[in-house]
This record gives sequence, structure tokens and C-alpha cells, in this order.
Amino acid sequence: MERASAVVVGAGHAGLAASHFLSQRSIDHVVLERGEVANSWRRERWDSLRLITPNWQSRLPRQRYEGQDPDGYMTAGEVAEFIERFAKLSNSPVRTGEDVTSVRRTDDGYHVTASHCEISCRSVVIASGACNQPAVPQFSHAVPASVGQLTAFDYREPGSLPDGGVLVVGASATGVQLAAELQRSGRPVTLSVGEHVRLPRSYRGRDVLWWMDASGVWDQRYDEIEDVARARRLPSPQLVGTAERATLDLNVLTGMGVELVGRFAAVRDGHALFSGGLRNALSLADLKMGRLLDTFDEWAATSGRGAGVDAAERYPPTRLPQSARLQLDLRSGEIRTIVWATGFVPVYSWLQVPVVDQKGRLLHDGGTVASPGLYALGLPVLRRRKSTFICGIEDDAGAVIGHLAGYLAGQSPSPAGLPATAGHDRPPELAR
Amino acid sequence: MTTVTNGVNVQALLEARDALKEAPEAAQFTWRASAKWNSGVHSTIKVQSFFGLGQEQSHKEESVFDADHPEVFAAEDSGITPIEYLIVGLASCLTAGVASVAENRGIQLHSVEATVEGQHDIRGILGADSDVRNGYNDIKVTFTIDADASRQEIEALVAQSQKRSAVFDALTNPTNVTVEVA
Ligand SMILES: Cc1cc2nc3c(=O)[nH]c(=O)nc-3n(C[C@H](O)[C@H](O)[C@H](O)COP(=O)(O)OP(=O)(O)OC[C@H]3O[C@@H](n4cnc5c(N)ncnc54)[C@H](O)[C@@H]3O)c2cc1C
Repeated sequence: MERASAVVVGAGHAGLAASHFLSQRSIDHVVLERGEVANSWRRERWDSLRLITPNWQSRLPRQRYEGQDPDGYMTAGEVAEFIERFAKLSNSPVRTGEDVTSVRRTDDGYHVTASHCEISCRSVVIASGACNQPAVPQFSHAVPASVGQLTAFDYREPGSLPDGGVLVVGASATGVQLAAELQRSGRPVTLSVGEHVRLPRSYRGRDVLWWMDASGVWDQRYDEIEDVARARRLPSPQLVGTAERATLDLNVLTGMGVELVGRFAAVRDGHALFSGGLRNALSLADLKMGRLLDTFDEWAATSGRGAGVDAAERYPPTRLPQSARLQLDLRSGEIRTIVWATGFVPVYSWLQVPVVDQKGRLLHDGGTVASPGLYALGLPVLRRRKSTFICGIEDDAGAVIGHLAGYLAGQSPSPAGLPATAGHDRPPELAR
Repeated sequence: MTTVTNGVNVQALLEARDALKEAPEAAQFTWRASAKWNSGVHSTIKVQSFFGLGQEQSHKEESVFDADHPEVFAAEDSGITPIEYLIVGLASCLTAGVASVAENRGIQLHSVEATVEGQHDIRGILGADSDVRNGYNDIKVTFTIDADASRQEIEALVAQSQKRSAVFDALTNPTNVTVEVA
């Protein structure tokens, strides 16, 4: 049987970054990918998608954005190319078309079974992605058959939906982006809003994600965050990447004619029932945004980095609809399609090691999974607030592969106190 | 964190939260009330036992409530109306929430007052207009809070207390209700 020191599952940017650091440490490994390199950007995104992170923030180990538009936002195709180039430059030993169907513990490591190979290895890096499947509530089964249902994975563009009303469920980045383009296509949109993260696209003249990055908010470590479980559940911020750097919050959507309703709570007798707690969901998001902007202002004032940014500003509170509807008859024909933008979950059905909790979440401490030699990358707030994002992988992969190397070499450093071996606290380009 | 004394044992609540994460069965509670009809629209409701932490529990004492309707409804007014009990529950739940969140955030409270107004179109219950619902159309809670905190912090307290309120959730989200004859 084939042997390797390490097997990496998945060739998205996370798996490839792991591979980069493994090669750097001369650890023999293979990367198994069920589809192609950057598969999720090729198959699981809608047509109009652009990153919400600006181009200059797309950085991977030894690879930076070098195009003409550092402040622009990549299309999914451009991201796939960017990642493809990274795979080539780092000479990553990727095998495509290898669906990993089982990872089992053995006496001295793991046994990995994929479509065309079986590998015995001492360590495994799980980089199979945090968003393998859309999360859709159970009660979607009770939606009358006359209403079409789509998830963010099935959705491509407005024209593929029938004319008529659309209920978009969820107000994270995905939900607000789809609501806006569906409304623009002439389909009246009702947007069901639960807990959400409101952000302006730019703040004091800079991209709001410049602030996240430069102020150190994104660098906050998982073991410094008071409620990390909560931080890991946080929905993606209401942002869209456009040439105009336009804000896409609920006030903008209301201005476009989108109708807001509360969290979609149940279907009863063919009626969609929405929570009456919308007002509080809106206040919570407004208050949280206010606190974050306070943090930025404080940092600007004390760090001396406030020079060159515009004056502090605050935004009007989210407008509450006159009277938000609490129910909607799904059989009336008003709503032809429901688009579920209710988040994504990872899939670990292939992982035959008991390290997944009842809710399907991988149990790990900063990327060290509770089974020797098993590691994870690419999960929300894995090691830092920025872990989910492309720009967060360099620090995470450097640290996790550092730990893995120590394990292979026979040391067993304590998981929580993981030293930031190859990662560094402040990437130099922050000085831009 | 400075020591504050709002009288909420937050430590015990946080410990319970951690313990119940591991033992979800113990977190299953059943609350009970029993009503007995007197005459007219007057009934007497008693509350004492409940179930939780895997066993039968009991309040220290039995609480007795009277529910009736006011004289403008041509009743005797031997107690408040049932729909008023709902806002009693809401006001007390949100107020308890404000105190707990304040304690947890290290905010000293000096006074907390909540007034609740529920808008109710009684044509619904009278069957006078089938488009009017039976229950409240709108409920408004107004808090007046004196605390060692900024206005923004106080608003955040009130927002968080709604986020964790049992009665707020019960009123704003649909609940399955089964009513049967024994
Ligand atoms: C809609 C959306 C928008 C996003 N926008 C941004 C953004 O603007 N900026 C940003 O920085 N981040 C963004 N992200 C977050 C993040 O960058 C992406 O989720 C990214 O795809 C994560 O990379 P990854 O390598 O961890 O996982 P993935 O890209 O999902 O890669 C995992 C790979 O593993 C493969 N795989 C899975 N299971 C198996 C198996 N059993 N066997 C073999 N292979 C397997 C998959 O085919 C896939 O290629 C976005 C995410 C989503 C969902």
C-alpha cells in the first residue's frame, strides 16, 4: 500500500496552503481533491459573485495580487485562477478526481481511502471546506409544492427563476446580494431577516475590511475571544464587492423596494410564519456595528494610523418596516420561489474518527483535532477572526503545519499554546 | 470587572449553562398551571409544581391567581384578564433579563422600570370582524433604567435581554399548542 507522512483532504486555498508549508518542511504528502483545484469557486458559486474582500487582501503564502485594481473585488473565476496559480507555483502534489470516502485510525496513523487510491499515513489535514452543503431548516419540507425552492448552491442568476415574488431567507452576505439582484430583475423580493452583521462598505474613506485588518480585530486569536463558540457561528457580514464600493445594508434594500420580515420560524397550514422580533434583530445589528466603529475610531486615535482617513461618521439606524408581516400565504401565488440563504455546513460523513460533535462540528483546538496527527484548516475562527478568509490562511496553515511537523518529529507540544511557528502576527503589507 | 451587586447569581447561571451543555436531558423543564372555573368568566389558577433537572420540583409556596374580565366587559372584575397575564410575563421576563445581563457585564443598576402596552382590537374575540385577529396586534415595552452605564450600553442590555427572553420568544415566534379533552 502507498505510504505518505501526510495526506491533505481538499485542494481549496486552505489545503494548498497546508501543502505549501509541508513542502517547505520537506514533509512528503499528497493533496486529494474530489473535483478540481479550487472546486468550490468553480461549482458552488452564483454567476454574479465577487469576493467581499478587496483584491489586495487576497494573499496566500508567497503570492499577492499583482493586477491593476488592488481595491477591486475578484469574480469567482478570477479566484479560481488565483488559487490555480498558487497550486502551480508551489508545485503542490495535488491529485484531482480523488474523492476521499473514508479516513480511519490505524495503530500508527490513518488509513485514507479515495476514488482511485488507498494511502497509509501518519497525519491528515482536513481542508475539505466549511461550506460543503447549504443548511436548510427542516420545515422547508412543509412548503407547498407550488412554490419552487433553491439554495445558494443551486442558484445561478435571476433569469433561471420564474417571474413573480421571491422569498429570500437569510440576510448575510449571500442573502442581501441575492435579494438585491432578484429585486433588480423585476421580481418583488421579501427578505426574512434573523440575526445579521451590518457593515458599511467603506468607513472614513477606507474599505471596512481594511479597518478589520489594520486595526488588529481580525488578528484576534480564538483563545482570546470571550465566546468563541458564538464568534464561530457569526453570519457573514452584509457586504458586496462592486466597482462603486456601494454599501448593501437593509436600508439600501428597503430603498430598492425589498420588503423585510422577521426570521422565518415555521410553516403552518401553507403559511410562512415570521418572528415578531425583527425590531430587536435590527437594533442588535445596529448596536454591534456602532461598537465596532467605536473600536476603529479608538484605534485610529491611539495608533496614530488615523492620519489620512476621513472624519468619523455614524449611520442612521436600520428603518423598521411600518408593520412587518408575521405571515404570508404560500399558496396565494404571491411567492413563486423561496431562496434559502441560511448558511452552509461542512460534511464529515467520510471521517471515521470520533471527533465530530452531535451538531456535526469538528472538535478541535486551534486546528489541532482531538486525535493525534489529525489537523484542520479553513474553519471559522479556527485560530483567528480572519481564519475564514483567504488572507487568514497563511498564519493558520503556518501554525498548524508547525504543530504537525513537531508531532511527526516525535514532540507533542500542547495544543492550546501552539506557537505561531511560521505565521507572524502582523503581515508586513499592513504598512501600506 | 468591578464588583456589582444587582443580586443575580450569574456565576450559578453560567455554571448551569456549562453543566447542561453536557447533559441536555436535565435541561428539559415542564411548567404547569391549573385553572378552575368559578362562575361567569372568573377562574382561579394555581401554580406550584414543575419538572426539571430530571425530577419533580416545587415552588416554596403555591401561587394563586384570579382571572376575570373588567366591568366594561359586563363581568365582575375579580382579577385581571388572561391577556394581561401575558404582558405580566413579558415585563417580568425582560426585567429579569436586564438584571442578569447587567450583572454579567459588570453594570450596576440603580432602578429599572418597564411599562408594557399591548394594543388589542377586541372585535376579533367578539367575532365582529373576521379580519381582526384575537390576540395583540402590537406590544410596546418601555424601559426606564438608571445605571452606571452609557445610553449605548443600556440599549445593548435591553437588546440582549430580548435575545435571551423566554416570554419574548414565546410571543414573537409561533408555538405548537395542543388543547384536548381528558
Ligand atoms: C459564498 C461564499 C463567498 C465567500 N466570499 C469570500 C470572500 O469574499 N473573501 C474571502 O476571503 N473568503 C470568502 N469566502 C470564504 C472562503 O474563502 C471560502 O469558503 C473558501 O472556499 C474556503 O476555502 P477552503 O480551502 O477552506 O475550502 P473549499 O474552497 O471549499 O475547498 C475544499 C475542497 O475540498 C474538496 N473536498 C471536500 N470534501 C472532499 C472529500 N471528501 N474528498 C476530496 N476532496 C474533498 C472540495 O471539492 C474543495 O475543492 C466565501 C465563502 C462562500 C461560501
